[in-house]
Amino acid sequence: MGATGLFLCLFLVGHLAGNLQLFIGGAEGQLQFNEYAKFMTTNPAVKILSYLTYFSILFHTVDGILLAVENRKARPVKYAYNKPSANSSWASRNMAVLGTLVLAFIVVHMSNFWAQMHWGEIPVQISGPDGTLDEPLKDLHTVVLGFFNPAENSLALAAALLYAFAMVAIAFHLWHGFQSAWQSLGVNHPRYTPLIKGAGKAFSVVIPALFAIIPLYLYFTQAA
Amino acid sequence: MNLTLKIWRQAGPSVIGKMETYKVSDISPDMSFLEMMDVLNDQLIRDGKDPVAFDHDCREGICGMCSMYINGQAHGPNRGTTTCQLHMRSFKDGDTIYIEPWRAAAFPVIKDLSVDRSSFDRIIQAGGYVSVNTSGNTQDANAIPVPKENADKAFDAATCIGCGACVATCTNSSAMLFVSAKVSQLALLPQGDPERELRVLRMVEQMDKEGFGNCSNTGACEVECPKGISLENIARMNREYLRASVTSE
Amino acid sequence: MATLNSRIPEGSLGEKWTNHKNSIRLVNPANKRNIDIIIVGTGLAGSSAAASFAEMGYNVKAFCFQDSPRRAHSIAAQGGINAAKNYQNDGDSTYRLFYDTIKGGDYRSREANVYRLAEVSANIIDQCVAQGVPFARDYGGLLDNRSFGGVLVSRTFYAKGQTGQQLLLGAYSALSRQISKGKVQMYNRHEMMDVVLVDGQCRGIIARNLVTGEIERHGAHAVVLASGGYGNVFYLSTNAMGSNGSAAWKAHRKGAYFANPCFTQIHPTCIPVSGDYQSKLTLMSESLRNDGRIWVPKKKEHVEAIRNGSMRPENLAEEDRDYYLERRYPSFGNLVPRDVASRAAKERCDEGFGVNKTGEAVFLDFSSAIMRYGKTEANVQGVKNPSEAQMQKMGEDVVRAKYGNLFEMYEKITDDNPYQTPMKIYPAVHYTMGGLWVDYNLMTNVPGLYATGESNFSDHGANRLGASALMQGLADGYFVIPYTVGEYLADDIRTGPINTNTPEFEVAEKEVKDRIKGFLNSNGKTPVDEFHRRLGRIMWDKCGMARNEQGLKSAISEIQALREEFYRDVKVPGRAEEFNPELEKAGRVADFMELGELMCRDALERNESCGGHFREEYQTEEGEALRDDENYAYVAAWEYTGMPAEAKLHKEELVFENVELKQRSYK
Repeated sequence: MGATGLFLCLFLVGHLAGNLQLFIGGAEGQLQFNEYAKFMTTNPAVKILSYLTYFSILFHTVDGILLAVENRKARPVKYAYNKPSANSSWASRNMAVLGTLVLAFIVVHMSNFWAQMHWGEIPVQISGPDGTLDEPLKDLHTVVLGFFNPAENSLALAAALLYAFAMVAIAFHLWHGFQSAWQSLGVNHPRYTPLIKGAGKAFSVVIPALFAIIPLYLYFTQAA
Repeated sequence: MNLTLKIWRQAGPSVIGKMETYKVSDISPDMSFLEMMDVLNDQLIRDGKDPVAFDHDCREGICGMCSMYINGQAHGPNRGTTTCQLHMRSFKDGDTIYIEPWRAAAFPVIKDLSVDRSSFDRIIQAGGYVSVNTSGNTQDANAIPVPKENADKAFDAATCIGCGACVATCTNSSAMLFVSAKVSQLALLPQGDPERELRVLRMVEQMDKEGFGNCSNTGACEVECPKGISLENIARMNREYLRASVTSE
Repeated sequence: MATLNSRIPEGSLGEKWTNHKNSIRLVNPANKRNIDIIIVGTGLAGSSAAASFAEMGYNVKAFCFQDSPRRAHSIAAQGGINAAKNYQNDGDSTYRLFYDTIKGGDYRSREANVYRLAEVSANIIDQCVAQGVPFARDYGGLLDNRSFGGVLVSRTFYAKGQTGQQLLLGAYSALSRQISKGKVQMYNRHEMMDVVLVDGQCRGIIARNLVTGEIERHGAHAVVLASGGYGNVFYLSTNAMGSNGSAAWKAHRKGAYFANPCFTQIHPTCIPVSGDYQSKLTLMSESLRNDGRIWVPKKKEHVEAIRNGSMRPENLAEEDRDYYLERRYPSFGNLVPRDVASRAAKERCDEGFGVNKTGEAVFLDFSSAIMRYGKTEANVQGVKNPSEAQMQKMGEDVVRAKYGNLFEMYEKITDDNPYQTPMKIYPAVHYTMGGLWVDYNLMTNVPGLYATGESNFSDHGANRLGASALMQGLADGYFVIPYTVGEYLADDIRTGPINTNTPEFEVAEKEVKDRIKGFLNSNGKTPVDEFHRRLGRIMWDKCGMARNEQGLKSAISEIQALREEFYRDVKVPGRAEEFNPELEKAGRVADFMELGELMCRDALERNESCGGHFREEYQTEEGEALRDDENYAYVAAWEYTGMPAEAKLHKEELVFENVELKQRSYK
């Protein structure tokens, strides 16, 4: 769980870097984003990485489910009165629940964009800011913007809120998961562990926050 | 002080148990928790009722026999304290106190608050030792110096009393803290080095067989451990396990 | 019944054990596989013996009443374990350890046994280190030592205040290794109910499965009792709640002699009794006397002020304090042996200087040690002219590193912070030097029945020195009995497995069942604990730190009356065929009531004061114990005749060829 979890943290960073391009407005932003989208779907190196990511998600999910089932079996009779808040964080005890939420989000999210990009009928970008493109590009940029535009999608607000909420789940999942992964991999040192824990907390707040801002930004800028 | 006690009563291993309510009065704040239980049992016996069975022995916090889940926490509300060293001054007059046995599939209830922790023994039997015969013909005790830091860390790990509070408190009923304490102790000492790989593999295998849950690093065990065994030991065991899995033939 | 033959080997003191080992009969490896040994108790003596026998090839069955062998009360030993390693180069030697032990025991132990103990002591440390026992080490990575009462060298190895725990876990791991190999069959939560004799030889035991209540027969070619001491006869003691004398007592009833039962050790530094509900007393390690100074106020008015809380002890001026141990025993000071320190505390409290509400407490004060360490530490850290507060802080850190867990334990129990205010302590029952009589091979007078560790009488005479119990337990189990048992078992190689379907086992089983039925069918009303408490009170008042003829005589009749009342009025709830802790207690307390009577009988017989046995009639003008070597230099071995008070005395004369009998002086 630790190794795949940490790899998925890396993936989040890459994904976020791509998403942040959505802040670039106008035709320039559109072109850059669509070129990036093409690169991500065609480059062989990225292909390898993306298969690794699919595998990680799958493994992380399946292993997580197996562990959760074993853990339930390990305590057939529950305590009549239990006070776990005295000794552990809420997130750490609810990783399976949080993980399930995250997984549900991933399914929704992939059907919204990833599936569109691969198999959907999506508009094509023919010309950029400097005139006609050598080769037309799949216009994912327009799809994304449209998805969060109340004028085009009646559920845009719900979508933006859902995406933001999913980021909260990811934040809690990371709050515990980041430092837990290091512990599972055997990294615990009086000098470095506080650093890892600090970095984990920063990571779990900053990354999901940035992710969450994007759909809200797209919605509110287009709704206005 | 006067108290209301809600205690798990279960007549035997295969019987279904339930919480029962009792009242005790005139409890001195200087009493230990188990002395309060003695008062209750004295009362029950005089009333012709069945006293509450609970495990206890040394009553000085070292044997690891006492094992009560008090008000939702293993060994009660205080840190670094076994049930026998918990004193009634930690409670208030009129309190209601919930008392339950350790709950884990690997610790089946024998009666009331007594559980069977022989799974811990079997884990130690799987490899928690140095294979040296007791001939006395070993080398001189000072022949191999051990860095003080390692000796101290090994000692800290070795102070585990095997009470099972880590399992009881873990949301997954995992025994990782217990197992890692022994693995760590022996991994940190030169005497334990030759068998370190086989040891960790066997002990972990036995732990899994006993039906303990998995570690999800909530850290609850470290907080509730009456001896303050550190999570560092779990990381060390993970390291040992990885290393052994990779290098073993 | 056999006469007392201690089987001490010929030769000079230093050669006895070596010669004996060289000439002792051996059992060949193939035959060992056909021989079964039962061990009762899994403390240091039991676990170590079980592991050693199994390694040698014998089939072992080990029994403990706790839920795991690791819980035996050896685990609670705090301070350390002695060994004549002389790592500190302070002039220690086997002879010196031997001499200190004989002298500390007030010349009531067997020279040959004690010398052997001192001889093998060094091996224990080697063995334990090889097992991964994490003893305290210095910055060079070598083993550290400290000093204990009654000696002038530093020979005590330790692991903070948890030495017993670490040594027991070492022995437990050795035992676990043999269990995993199938060479030891472990019976947790089993209590030995009786020993079974066939043709005068011990051939097995009757045990009760404490979970199911089932009564089981177990046959063996030899039975080793490693069942600990009987200090719980006093109800309040530093022993664990389950520690009991029943195994030894059952053996005694079947013919094994009980030696020196009145020799009980009262440990000087325990947390005082705080109320009637108290169930046990907690020891504060003797190692604390390395740094703590014991005192009471010089003036009664200060005693009064401290008792009623109007004065804090730390505020009492230095000149108003009576450091009575330093005053009376300038050369050993606070490190006099336990019996001496205990009696001195009692003397001050009897004179009205006790410092708590019950008048039964003295101070153990660390303030000067904290300041002394603080000053040194300030020098080390290069702090010039440190303030009092700085020194206090640094000193506290040093003391915390040495005794942190003990201080925490004290604070948890009393709610007082011992870094700020002196600890209150008072003597409490701790150890029993007496026990089953054994010969040099650790065999009782019943062939095939052995006793090791605290359950025998052999090594500590009338008083045990600190850090010697762990040494004896492991010496017996690792290095003595594995050899000496061969002498007896060599005759057993053709016996074959012991059949338990014989009339002897049948009778023993029936007796056990009848006794249990008797408890459960008694129509009384009073819980077992109350009888135990009352027995303890009688024992403490009349057979405790000080004894006299009149008191002992009245104790015997009081105990007899209490016993009669017990069988009439005890209430034991529940059934025989279930987990029934009250039933377990009833059996143990019933045995204590007989054992207590024998202790009084023994104390009455011994018209002298020695070690832990202080008869008020026999003291010097300064109040020191007055021994009578001419008439009492013997081991009193008692034979059961049906009534403890009428037990028959057998004497084993103690011969001292290597030490001169002197009055112990720690002045």
